[in-house]
Parts: sequence; structure tokens; C-alpha cells
Amino acid sequence: MSAVSGLQIPQEMADAMLAQARAEYPNEACGVIIGREGKAERLKPMFNAAASPTFYEFDPKDLLALYREVDDNDEEIIVIYHSHTETEAYPSRTDISYASEPGAHYVLVSTREEIAPATEFRSYRIINGVVTEEPVEFIR
Amino acid sequence: MSATVEVRIPTILRPFTKEQKLVSATGADLAAVIADLETQYPGLADRLLENGVLRRFINIYINDEDVRFIGSLTAQLKSGDSITILPAVAGG
Repeated sequence: MSAVSGLQIPQEMADAMLAQARAEYPNEACGVIIGREGKAERLKPMFNAAASPTFYEFDPKDLLALYREVDDNDEEIIVIYHSHTETEAYPSRTDISYASEPGAHYVLVSTREEIAPATEFRSYRIINGVVTEEPVEFIR
Repeated sequence: MSATVEVRIPTILRPFTKEQKLVSATGADLAAVIADLETQYPGLADRLLENGVLRRFINIYINDEDVRFIGSLTAQLKSGDSITILPAVAGG
């Protein structure tokens, strides 16, 4: 868990996440960022088993492998991210009700047409059903 | 035959297990183990079950197998098995 408020993320990672969101359109893209001591170290896109424009889910088999890998490496899941294809980058009711990793930063990216070519990249904490947006600092 | 198994508890459910991430339980099948967990840690079963069946967005594995493929609540256990509980990572 980060000692500093907000999310610090390498610009390259954010760029890769946006590229992934565009590539997987019209479906939602998703993945995690893994690291240690609250620091974002490696980006891991995940397969969206729901393959839907309005839903994402990590495949249960992938999920187990992910947690085993993170445990084996003494790492932690820093960010859980997904894209919104037609709506703003704010957690939906579904996002809130399924958010079950209280220590993670939940990042949403939106590539919706109405703001193109601009995109949104926003980060939140979702704890006990409460959403708190936090500042994002892009590190070069 | 009742088995003694270890159960890995995800962060979000640790308030029920006094912050323990690894606990022990006994039961011949998953239903019995969940009942035993409920006895030890009241309130935990309701997070795993709804109307007597496993909640859709809770993943439970026995060793490496998703219990959905091995009988769900009737999945059989043997002593030394390791159960992992992982809430789904999902949203919309």
C-alpha cells in the first residue's frame, strides 16, 4: 500500500494501458499492475473472460495463477484496471459491488468516442463500497 | 471421511478470521468445510453462499482445481488438501 496519497505510475505503463484499451475495443480491456511496497513495477494485461463491451472478468484459472505468482515473488497487486468503452472513467455500480481488493488502486480508462482523441485515465480507492478518487502522477 | 484441510483466506474476508490468512477446517466435502468455517468464524459462510449455493463471483479452488468443475459444494476433500478462496476480479 502506498505511503504517498494517490497513484504514481510510469507514463509508459499508462500509455500501454490506453493502447490495450483501444486494441480490445469494442470489448473492455483489463489487467493489473504488480509491484512491491506500493510501487508500480510491472504491467500485466489480463484476458477478459467476459469478452463484453460492458463487463470484464478475469478468468478464474488466470486469477489463481496471478495470485500464486504474486505470492511466490513476494509482490502485491498495486492496480486493478479496466476500460470503459462508451462511458466515463468512473466506477460503475457493478465496479463498486465487485471491488474486492481493498488495498488496490482501481484505475479506469475511457476511450469513448465523444471525447476522442482525448482519453481519460483516473484512479480510485474502493473500500467497503465507498469510492474515493485520487490524484494520478505520471512518472517519466 | 472427514478431512483436515488448510484454507487460504483473501484479504477482504480476513476481518472474519481475525486477520489470519491461513486457517484450518475439517469436512468430507466443501459444504462441510464451509459449515465448519462458519462455526469457527461466524458470518463467513454468508460471504461464500447465497440461497445454499456458491456465490457466482467467489472462486474456490481445491489444490489447483476450480470447484465448479469438481462438484462445487459436493467436491470431495482429503486431508492435506489446500483450499483457496479468491473473490472474482470483475466489473462493468
